[in-house]
Amino acid sequence: MEYIIQVKQLKKSFGKLEVLKQVDCDFSRGGIVGVLGPNAAGKTTLIKSILGMVIPDGGEILFEGKSVANSFEYKKNIGYMPQIGRYPDNMKIGDLFKMMKDIRNVHENLDTDLISAYGLDAMTDKAMHTLSGGTRQKVSAALAFLFNPPVLILDEPTAGLDPLSAEILKDKILQEKAKGKLILITSHILTEVDELADKVMYLLDGNIKFYKTLTDLKAETGEQRLGKALTKILS
Amino acid sequence: MFKIAKYISLDIIKSKVIIAYTLLLAAICVSIFMADEDVTKGLVSITTVMLIIVPLVSVVYATTYYFNASEFTELLVSQPISRTNILMGKYLGICVAILGAFLLGVGVPILLFAASITGLTLILTGSLLTLSFISLAFLSSVLMRDKAKGIGLALMIWFYCSIIFDGLVLVFLFAFSDYPLEKVLIAITAFNPIDLARILILLQVDIAALMGYTGALYQQFFGSGLGITFTLFMLMVWFLLPLWASLRVFKKKDL
Repeated sequence: MEYIIQVKQLKKSFGKLEVLKQVDCDFSRGGIVGVLGPNAAGKTTLIKSILGMVIPDGGEILFEGKSVANSFEYKKNIGYMPQIGRYPDNMKIGDLFKMMKDIRNVHENLDTDLISAYGLDAMTDKAMHTLSGGTRQKVSAALAFLFNPPVLILDEPTAGLDPLSAEILKDKILQEKAKGKLILITSHILTEVDELADKVMYLLDGNIKFYKTLTDLKAETGEQRLGKALTKILS
Repeated sequence: MFKIAKYISLDIIKSKVIIAYTLLLAAICVSIFMADEDVTKGLVSITTVMLIIVPLVSVVYATTYYFNASEFTELLVSQPISRTNILMGKYLGICVAILGAFLLGVGVPILLFAASITGLTLILTGSLLTLSFISLAFLSSVLMRDKAKGIGLALMIWFYCSIIFDGLVLVFLFAFSDYPLEKVLIAITAFNPIDLARILILLQVDIAALMGYTGALYQQFFGSGLGITFTLFMLMVWFLLPLWASLRVFKKKDL
């Protein structure tokens, strides 16, 4: 199978703290991978390394077979939704979207589903600093999906969203998966991962504890729910 | 790079701080020119005020803005843009805004009231000073992870240049008063952009004679073409070196 992202022996420490100790994993096109793990397990660091926001101490990351070190072109193929999205305070929502299009220099083939689903097009005149945390999350989500990238990386996408908006986002994620996109999701909400993910990666203290399909995991543990299965496999 | 710069400067121009800064500078300049018939004296007064306010505002505002926009930087890093372009775009954007404020607040009144070589020197050195302190602000921002430390370091740089440096020079002069230090002093001034700017302007005003023997020596060196070139060159170094250093740090920085 062809892998779109390959992570090879990735190591990263912040000061004395080893956040990632030799992480090896591959992601292939099409499918949703849920990245789980307790706080400080290295989930966000792994994601940020893939995005080139964190520079690894050792190992390498390949995107479509090419190393991502010192390159930025590959990010055209990634839509990223950060845990906490913050934007220039005085900028208006409409300007932000315009700016991102301008910076990426992409003005066609845009995916504006989420913008209309969240009613963001009705508040283009609102400045970013007047927005609530939830609305900012919506903006972040809409931005991640906007450019129709083949890879989506969502860092705790539904945290802070109201249930209805979270449902909209989940539906969108499933739609995109059906188009053959790779979607990485970190989350602490197990029911959500249970609903969405095809594969589950569990990070613990900078190592991959396991990385297998949800069906395998459930079959191995004989549990129907991901939460139960996790407790069983980790105890 | 220019796109990022454009958005950042548009963002800053809308903020009240930069408008207040422009108005403050303009008010100071206009009131000084109105209060005194003698334009040269006015320029000297403006120099004194400018050498305190301009570096302070540039360094603090640029650092604060850098940190306030740090999540925005993260967003940009996740986009297909090189890190060099991101930092340079940010730098350009901030520079355009703060330099614009300076040119409007100080440049315009000077051109109206005292459009002389001295006036132009003041505008030029003020601009270079603004650029150097924004560079220094960037350096302290990329070196520090959190905002408080970043602003702290930025303020330390300002303290060093405006207050501590003079103290150090005095101690040095006192300790080595038995030796001829005039030439050494010229070299020492290169370590402080504010002093460089002060000397460059004051020597244009021709009041160096008031500064005694050292002043005469300064006049001889800094008043000459070579001296002016040296001072401008050193100011350029103060603006380019920290910028280059911050670029190097930023390329390897975790966000």
